Amino acid sequence: MKDFAKSFARNRGAVLGIVILVLVLGLTLAAPLLFPRSPWSIVQRPFLPPLSVPGFPLGTDTLGRDLASGLAHGAYVSLMVGLISTVVSLAIGVPLGAAAGYFGGWVDDGLMRITEFFQVIPAFAFAVVLVAIFQPSITSIVIAIALVSWPPVARLLRGEVMSLRTREFIEAAELSGQSGLTIIWRQILPNTLSPVIVLASMMVATAILTESALSFMGLGDPNVMSWGYMIGAGRTVIRQAWWISFFPGLAILLTVLAFNLIGEGLNDVLNPRLSKRRS
Amino acid sequence: MLSFIAQRLVKAVIILLAITVMNFLLIHSAPGDPALVMAGEAGEADPTFIADLRERFGLDQPLYVQLWRYVSNVAQLNLGYSYRQEEPVLTLIAERLPATLILSLSAFVISLGLGVLAGVVAAARQGRWSDSLISAVALLFYATPLFWLALMAVLLFSVKLGWLPAFGYLTVGSDLTGLARAFDIFKHLILPATTLGLFVMAVYVRMTRASMLEVSRLDFVKTARAKGLRPGLILRRHVLRNALLPVVTLAGLQAGQLVGGAVLIETVFAWPGIGRLMFEALQARDYNLLLGVFVMSAAMVLLFNLITDLLYRVVDPRIRLTS
Amino acid sequence: MQQSQTTAAEMAATPVLSISDLRITLPEGADRPYAVDRVSFDLFPGRILCVVGESGSGKSMSANAMMGLLPEGVRAASGRITLGETDLLKLPEEAMYQVRGRRIGMIFQEPMSALNPLMRVSAQIEEVFEAHGLLGPAARRARALELLTEVGLPDPERAARSYPFQLSGGQRQRVVIAMALALEPEVLIADEPTTALDVTTQAQILELIQTLQRDRDMAVMFITHDFGVVAEIADHVAVMQLGRVVEEGDAESVLTRPQHPYTQKLIAAIPTLSARGDTAQARAPLMTVEALCKTYTLGGGLFRKVKRVEAVKDISVTIGRGETLGIVGESGSGKSSLGRCLVRLQDPESGRILLEGEDMAALEGKALRAARRRVQMIFQDPYASLNPRIRVGRAIADGPIAYGTDPRQALERAAELLEIVGLGAGAANRFPHEFSGGQRQRIGIARALALEPELIVADEAVSALDVSIQAQVLDLLAELKQSLGLTLVFITHDLRVAAQICDRVMVMQKGRCVEIGTGAEIFETPKDPYTRSLIEAIPGRAYEAGRA
Repeated sequence: MKDFAKSFARNRGAVLGIVILVLVLGLTLAAPLLFPRSPWSIVQRPFLPPLSVPGFPLGTDTLGRDLASGLAHGAYVSLMVGLISTVVSLAIGVPLGAAAGYFGGWVDDGLMRITEFFQVIPAFAFAVVLVAIFQPSITSIVIAIALVSWPPVARLLRGEVMSLRTREFIEAAELSGQSGLTIIWRQILPNTLSPVIVLASMMVATAILTESALSFMGLGDPNVMSWGYMIGAGRTVIRQAWWISFFPGLAILLTVLAFNLIGEGLNDVLNPRLSKRRS
Repeated sequence: MLSFIAQRLVKAVIILLAITVMNFLLIHSAPGDPALVMAGEAGEADPTFIADLRERFGLDQPLYVQLWRYVSNVAQLNLGYSYRQEEPVLTLIAERLPATLILSLSAFVISLGLGVLAGVVAAARQGRWSDSLISAVALLFYATPLFWLALMAVLLFSVKLGWLPAFGYLTVGSDLTGLARAFDIFKHLILPATTLGLFVMAVYVRMTRASMLEVSRLDFVKTARAKGLRPGLILRRHVLRNALLPVVTLAGLQAGQLVGGAVLIETVFAWPGIGRLMFEALQARDYNLLLGVFVMSAAMVLLFNLITDLLYRVVDPRIRLTS
Repeated sequence: MQQSQTTAAEMAATPVLSISDLRITLPEGADRPYAVDRVSFDLFPGRILCVVGESGSGKSMSANAMMGLLPEGVRAASGRITLGETDLLKLPEEAMYQVRGRRIGMIFQEPMSALNPLMRVSAQIEEVFEAHGLLGPAARRARALELLTEVGLPDPERAARSYPFQLSGGQRQRVVIAMALALEPEVLIADEPTTALDVTTQAQILELIQTLQRDRDMAVMFITHDFGVVAEIADHVAVMQLGRVVEEGDAESVLTRPQHPYTQKLIAAIPTLSARGDTAQARAPLMTVEALCKTYTLGGGLFRKVKRVEAVKDISVTIGRGETLGIVGESGSGKSSLGRCLVRLQDPESGRILLEGEDMAALEGKALRAARRRVQMIFQDPYASLNPRIRVGRAIADGPIAYGTDPRQALERAAELLEIVGLGAGAANRFPHEFSGGQRQRIGIARALALEPELIVADEAVSALDVSIQAQVLDLLAELKQSLGLTLVFITHDLRVAAQICDRVMVMQKGRCVEIGTGAEIFETPKDPYTRSLIEAIPGRAYEAGRA
């Protein structure tokens, strides 16, 4: 564990990722204190450029809402949707992939057909349809993102389990009388942990992007402020007021970058073969 | 080869049918009256339209009859009627499809071409500043929200610099023909295609780089070096060709992202493709149209998949000669 | 000091290539500072120098240095490699292109991966001429075909058109040889070129290399770990240990009168082909295999044809209590499939496996678990056979725990078992990666013993080990067998190993049993022509006869 922390800390990108993530988390937690008023409330005249009026460092939007407040409150949605939808897609993908890889045969065939099916459906278009039909809300967004992002998890798990399955230590475990479930749980899954962790951190990043794109298309939860919504609201006035779209986009970029950097860092540390190649 | 294509087409048709069934189930599990869902907000006001829908889909019939009607309609390419646009869905899609194909194919070429090129350069200069730069830029594009990238491109290249048109497919009001028209379309295409291409490109850069480094450690590369081949030739002939195999596979898997990206790009650039149509359907709550576009975009992904599968067979003799 | 051992006649000849005082540094953090430490040897035209050593002795590193192909982070720090008049270590990279392939050719260990999978064989040979700007396209193609004929490919024209995956391992190795010899280099480096091949193929490739070398008066540096191969082809021998040449001389004297203790140890560790004596003993049958068949079906589906491979065909054999039965054969003979059927890692298709009357082949679920306890397995790959995330003691105890033993007791027993296999109880709390290959194999043995089985199937259990370690593990197995009254089924491709440890031997080919008999019957008076060809192909038999 100490080695892990040490080599992770040596990866500059990963440390940068952690720093950004801590800042974003801090912003989320501090939002109610820093901006006690609802981010939807109109507080100044509209189209206020950044730094022009004290107290409104990022200016106001088309209706006169405080952009800084929106940015702080919007962080919550991005992080929460990103994390929860990833957890949900792991919950779908890990068991399916593990079962397909371990049992093989018709179980594998069947499960992989389903996975393939979900993989050829254009993910974003599918998410749009799902959210539109079930009405935009945090729940429908999370479910939609989870439904479109589990196939890579299942494929990864299946591949890993299949290669582990033929490893001799699994056969040894089988011979020593351990049951199928024990073998999956004790011998196989712990060995798939590192690639899953790496994939998960990348998935959080993708989920945040998808959530923002949905909100941008007008499919965000109407009750909560989100970065994607803010960009969408500024889209038509980009010629007059660039800042309305610019800052939320930057926030998304940084947050997503943070998760990608952490994912890469984890990958380097957890898959030593790859990291050796880099140095 | 022919049997391979036939096999793939059969599979594609099955998948499209499955998507249709899923659409049907979605409409029926959505909150509210399926007829109202299908008609969308605009149709709700018109009782004759609702009645017409009930009649056509037999909404008073048992579910499996409804399913059968729905699927057989789609199988006959009857994707329904858009009340809002007062046109059959298929007609609307057919009008818009060429624009989307132009956009996504250009973006596909840009992303794959630039991505592979940058990945090769990065791998060849592994550990040097150019590698770090390429990897960093790829990571940055990978983390950028596509629609925001598009907006920023508009801001920079159209609003500030005035180099390129920001919206649409053709200059409004112009009456161009022949080459002049093609050039006008090309000018409008540059920004959307490049933005979409750069966004998808990031994945190819990373994959190409990783794959090149992986392959360059394989035994046959050492054999090639032992033969006295120069690094440039080894890179092109031995490393690159083998490294491209996983990239081609990835290109197939990425097709969905390309099509999804097209929805966002068309929305931002008012590019009159099916992505823009999807956005219009969303705003009008025109679910029939929405589902039609969805099926069509799935068909496009399947088409891209078929292309990459064929490409893979051309590149890899092991697949070509054993099946 | 080694110079004194070469004969006067050879001293007069001038070496084509000589390495002197070569030192290759390893990157920081490696287990030793130098991969190769002050190594010197000469290659003479028309002579084969065998460089022998166990893994990690630095033998491949020296070869890579000669080609200027050292891996990243590793470099030649001092010394000289002179080819004719030039010092290769001082040669600029540009000039090295002219040396590689043209003046020094090289062949590698893994024929399966040494060729580009996407290029036709002919194109890969033609490329050698292209790289050196020789001949026109048509002439290159013609030369490639000639070379393929010369290296003895059965249908050269077809081979030229083929992709590597369409050729067998031996055929691919011939293609690699054709490439290395295309420009008639003065020096050929062969890095374990037959290690990955079956014994009969190995014999053919060795013969090919010898013939080509004589015809062209080429100097050959042949890297190997196998003294049998050395005895077969070497003119000179250099023995390497941990980066140093510990002994060097002409083959005859090194093989028959080894001076250095390490060489003596290596030679003593080679199993001999002479069969063991105790064969007459009558034994009670423990396991009876009746008409066992196993067929694999590959592929299949809506549009594909099903491919059937008959791995085990109609095998019947009785294994006596306390006996060691050897199963030998080349790759693809079905020996491993048979072994895996015996422990029911694979389900046989038909036939019976009677374990004292109970048909194991027909058991399922609980009954199978109960029977399985009596039959355990030792695996081939010491690196893949232990879960990297589970402590060694726990890995051994897992079996008994699964059968209901109290975990504390099971762990105590695991520690005892580790003592028995010679690792010490302290090993129980460590993870597999802290052990060497030989130690891991001991852990694997302890794990198999934990369930107190009556029969142990050892599948190529010593194949991945260096010869000295191999001898130790074989000794341990023999000892345990005696003290615990075990029955062993020993699967191996190595006839020497089989001869050393087995009471009876079964020879398999293409899924069938071609011959079964006592060690003496099989190795001294083989009846089947296939068995004879296997035995004749073993390298270094003449040398061994002299040694005995």
